[in-house]
Amino acid sequence: MNVIRKFYYGDIPEDKTGGTIVSKETKTDWPLWEVFIRSKQGLDHKHAGSLHAADAQMAIENARDVYTRRMEGVSIWVVESKYIHASNPEEAGELYEPAVDKIYRHPTFYNLPDEVNHM
Amino acid sequence: MPVHELEKSFQQKIDNEVKIEPKDWMPDAYRKTNIRQISQHAHSEIVGMLPEGNWISRAPSLKRKAILLAKVQDEGGHGLYLYSAAETLGMSREEMINDLHSGKAKYSSIFNYPTLTWADIGAIGWLVDGAAIMNQVMLTRTSYGPYARAMVRICKEESFHQRQGFEILLVLSRGTAEQKGMCQDAINRWWWPSLMMFGPKDSESTNSDQSMKWKIKRKTNDELRQNFVDMIAEQIKVLGMKLPDDKLKWNESKKHYDFGEINWDEFWQVVKGNGPCNKQRLDARKKAWENGEWVREAAAAHAKKRAERQKEKAA
Repeated sequence: MNVIRKFYYGDIPEDKTGGTIVSKETKTDWPLWEVFIRSKQGLDHKHAGSLHAADAQMAIENARDVYTRRMEGVSIWVVESKYIHASNPEEAGELYEPAVDKIYRHPTFYNLPDEVNHM
Repeated sequence: MPVHELEKSFQQKIDNEVKIEPKDWMPDAYRKTNIRQISQHAHSEIVGMLPEGNWISRAPSLKRKAILLAKVQDEGGHGLYLYSAAETLGMSREEMINDLHSGKAKYSSIFNYPTLTWADIGAIGWLVDGAAIMNQVMLTRTSYGPYARAMVRICKEESFHQRQGFEILLVLSRGTAEQKGMCQDAINRWWWPSLMMFGPKDSESTNSDQSMKWKIKRKTNDELRQNFVDMIAEQIKVLGMKLPDDKLKWNESKKHYDFGEINWDEFWQVVKGNGPCNKQRLDARKKAWENGEWVREAAAAHAKKRAERQKEKAA
């Protein structure tokens, strides 16, 4: 039994194979979009969630209604979920291993005299 | 990795308060339980729009109308956050909606009660949303990441719902004798169904143990219900109204309110579909879905045309 399911992108299971729940839908629905919101000028766009829409314009308008009803945003990005590629959590060990033993990359690694310790 | 190893490392994550994310390995039963719970939660938000929508055109002032519209729109938004969270587990939106319409998926039974007067809108905000918040605050710490994040967003928005409900009742409670009567009547009708929202007693709840172990739930039905009773029993004093329970009494040794027995027959009847409005609610949802068919088709056709036009331009 293949218990490790490979998912395409973080939030979207590939072929909708959700464990024992296998999607029976064949009809093409409105695609899924990921929504990123900039809460104010000067800050990054941050992932807010996802929604369905027929096209990008509609995705932006729906995102406005769903994610910015209380002025949470000044700018919206939308991208179709299928275009997002994500790293695989199963491979997290190897992927991030190179950073594990490099504590000298952190400022706290260096002991300096008190006089300059705010450096 | 063999399954039992995966299960062990999964439970370890849960025990260490590490959230489970969509791409992570999870036991099938965990996936299923979450799909069921999150989608039913989503359905509740969507069906929950109906009893309140009933009063949008009849709200007593423009201010109340605008507030109620905003609240109902929020509920729609909450449904969408939750559907998205459930979709990350591998069930399509359309399947979830089909399950709702076929009766296979349940929604909170509370929405099968009718909204007879304007005071009901106040009682729903205060009691029904209040009970929901109790549950939802707990769920901001649930172990499945997308569910927890949706709950954080929802809780931020819900507090306005409860406050506006209480304020509606507060205004009525200070009004004419007739308005006071309306206020008390709404509380009488909504109190017991609100207590039922927390589900069967712990001794009779089948899913509870495993859900606690997986930290999908972090408090039992009875614990949440008790917290709710303790909160409301104090707040009602501000309204100068009474909860319809002779057995409601502060218990000094337990530091909790004692309260009377819920009518579980009624609870199961409504769950089974025999509540006052079950049929009406489902019919309304189905009709909305069917009447929206042409909009969905038109939007898809429009998107296709626009994409083709852009392709031509590029060529």
